[in-house]
Amino acid sequence: MRAGESGEVVDMLTVEQIENGTVIDHIPPGKGLAVLTILHIGADFKGRAALVMNVPSKRMGRKDIVKVEGVFIDEKNVDRVALIAPQATLNIIKGGKVSGKNKVELPTEVSGVFVCPNPKCVTNHEDVETHFTHSKRGLCCRHCERCFSPEELAK
Amino acid sequence: MKDLVSIRDVDKKQATAIFKLADEMDSKSAPRKLAGKVLSTLFFEPSTRTRLSFHTAAARLGISLLDIESVGDSSIVKGESLVDTIKIVDGYADCIVLRHPLEGSARLAADLAEHPVINAGDGGNQHPTQTLIDLYTINRLKKKVGGLRVSLVGDLKYARTMHSLLYGLAMFGAEITLVSPASLQMDNAFIEDVKEQFGAKVRASNDMNFRDCDVLYVCRIQKERFADPYEAVRLQQEFRITLDSLKGAKDDIIILHPLPKVDEIAPEVDKSEKVRYFEQARYGVPVRMAILSDIMG
Repeated sequence: MRAGESGEVVDMLTVEQIENGTVIDHIPPGKGLAVLTILHIGADFKGRAALVMNVPSKRMGRKDIVKVEGVFIDEKNVDRVALIAPQATLNIIKGGKVSGKNKVELPTEVSGVFVCPNPKCVTNHEDVETHFTHSKRGLCCRHCERCFSPEELAK
Repeated sequence: MKDLVSIRDVDKKQATAIFKLADEMDSKSAPRKLAGKVLSTLFFEPSTRTRLSFHTAAARLGISLLDIESVGDSSIVKGESLVDTIKIVDGYADCIVLRHPLEGSARLAADLAEHPVINAGDGGNQHPTQTLIDLYTINRLKKKVGGLRVSLVGDLKYARTMHSLLYGLAMFGAEITLVSPASLQMDNAFIEDVKEQFGAKVRASNDMNFRDCDVLYVCRIQKERFADPYEAVRLQQEFRITLDSLKGAKDDIIILHPLPKVDEIAPEVDKSEKVRYFEQARYGVPVRMAILSDIMG
């Protein structure tokens, strides 16, 4: 056992350090795959990526961790991660060291990030940016006024 | 108001001002004060009452109409985007009335156009001028909306009229009973929303008893929503308004309907003095005159 980029003790057998890239820590257990999906890291991704599931965590009991070599996620993708992993921590790794550490925050408004799941919404038919506002009804589309859960939007 | 896209954009004060203006417009001496203005009515879906009443309202105010007779006559069939159509028409008209099958189309148009946009129905989403007509009718006939017991009957799941009306009634403080088949109940998110925003009193029921009801608002059950057409017919019979279902109702109950009605109200009910939906349809003109005056004046 040794300290990983996230600062917590992780299992050497399953997690390898990365030189440059992003480590997303404190993902709710079972949501790591969804995080990879919303970051569009799938079969076409040519870099190195790791998903570690159900790692013991002092804060969360269990958690998932995602590591992606050579990718520094931008603000839009931070918003996407925040929807399904609102407690997540982003660690930017440069030269094998943690150069930046940020907690994601659930945004109150998200523009141009998500596709509206309503097939009849005008944003799916015209060249227009989507805009969702967070409310108690969920994330509500400014155009069609329908509200969705974070999971529905992150699909 | 700059635009009228959603009933959610209208507050109680603005709605009340529209009601007052509609009363003035309904008098014989309503001024043709918008002469010289041009209104474009873009209807990408069929409409009878909404289109005709907008045209009548415009004519009475002296407004000239710029109308596409049918989508088949327009550039839409050549593949022109809604975005382009709105930008072009915005250059010709002082105001755009839009009906379009896509939800959110009116919001998009309002964002794009420099001139005001009035939503005349965007798919299953909003039809705010209809909601204002419904609220105006109730207010005019019952002298108030707040505190009235209003029953909404029929397809509460898919009918856009009912979603918007629930919001409007809650905003004015009416007590609302939702009467529908279990499979056509209103989405709980709409109910929770008005409870949270307005502290609205809303309850669901499948009981066709209107003993305590002041306003009965009916809409049709759409057969096309059912895989089994017989199921739709069966439910329509069960939730049909007949003279029998009105037994025990208050003498001064009023029955409203956005029209067109098909078989959700028995023909013999049409003769009842409780029926006010033809009057409600007529109020479409003064209310739309008031909206046009407010927005284009």
